Amino acid sequence: MEALFFWVFAVVSVVAGVLVITRRNPVTSALWLVVVMFCLAGLFLLLHGFFLAAAQVIVYAGAIMVLFLFVIMLLNLDDVELGAARPTFVKGLSVALAGGLVLLVVAALLAGRPAPVAQPPAAVATPPAAPAAGEPSFGDPEALARLLFTDYLIPFELASVLLLAAMVGAVVLAKRELRP
Amino acid sequence: MIVPSLEHYLVLSAILFVLGAIGVLTRRNGLIMFMSIELMLNAVNLTLVAYSRHLADMAGHILVFMVMTVAAAEAAVGLAIIWAIFRNRTTVNIDELTLMKG
Repeated sequence: MEALFFWVFAVVSVVAGVLVITRRNPVTSALWLVVVMFCLAGLFLLLHGFFLAAAQVIVYAGAIMVLFLFVIMLLNLDDVELGAARPTFVKGLSVALAGGLVLLVVAALLAGRPAPVAQPPAAVATPPAAPAAGEPSFGDPEALARLLFTDYLIPFELASVLLLAAMVGAVVLAKRELRP
Repeated sequence: MIVPSLEHYLVLSAILFVLGAIGVLTRRNGLIMFMSIELMLNAVNLTLVAYSRHLADMAGHILVFMVMTVAAAEAAVGLAIIWAIFRNRTTVNIDELTLMKG
C-alpha cells in the first residue's frame, strides 16, 4: 500500500514538475506547482511527517501559492506573455485531476494511521505497541513542538524575527513611493 | 511493486531539484523562475524528511520547518520586488532588465 502511494505521488509530482517549468502561462505553472506541493505533502505523510504534511498544505499550497496567484493577477500580463487560451476539455481534466489528488491524500492519511480500535483483536497477531502516555512517537506534532520549544528555541524565535522583517520589507517595497 | 527505500526518496527529490534548476536556467519569466526556486526548496525538504525518517532523528523536521519559514519570507519579499520592477519597467522578463549591465 505504501509502495503504491509512493509511486503515484512520485510520478505525479515529477510530471507536474515538468509542467511547471514548461507552461507558457504563469497561472498554469502556479497551479501545477500546487499539485507538486500536494504530492510532497502525501510523501511527508508516508515518511511520518504528519505536522509537516499539514504545514506543507497550509503554508505552501495555501499561503505562498495564493500570494503567487495574487501577484500574477495583479501584474495583468499581456497576451503575448500569457499565450493562447486553453480548450474546455483541458479545464475539465484539471478539475478531475485535482479532485482525484485530494482523494489520494486523504487515502494516504488513512493508510498511515494505526489500526482502528473497532478492529477485532484476533485479526492482528502482534498489534503495534502504542507509545506510553507523555512519550510522543516519531513525527507527531507533540514531538516536533517539544524539540522546537526546547532545543531549537532560539532558531524558532529568530524565524519569527525573520518573518517580521520580511513583512516590513514587502510592505516597503510594494509601496508606490517612499515618504519620510 | 517495489517498496520505496531511502534511495527512492533521494532520487525523487534529486529529480525535482533538477527540474527546478532547469526552470531557473531556461525560463526568462521572473514569476516562473521564482516558482522553480520554490520547487527546488521543496525537493530539499523531501530529502530532509526522508533522512529524518531513516535516522529516526526529528532534527530534520525542524530544518524543514525553518526552510518553510524562509521560503515564505522569500516569496513575500521576492514578489514585492517583482511587483516593484513591473511597476517601473512594465515587464517581468529577466533578460530585459539590463540596468546593472556594465
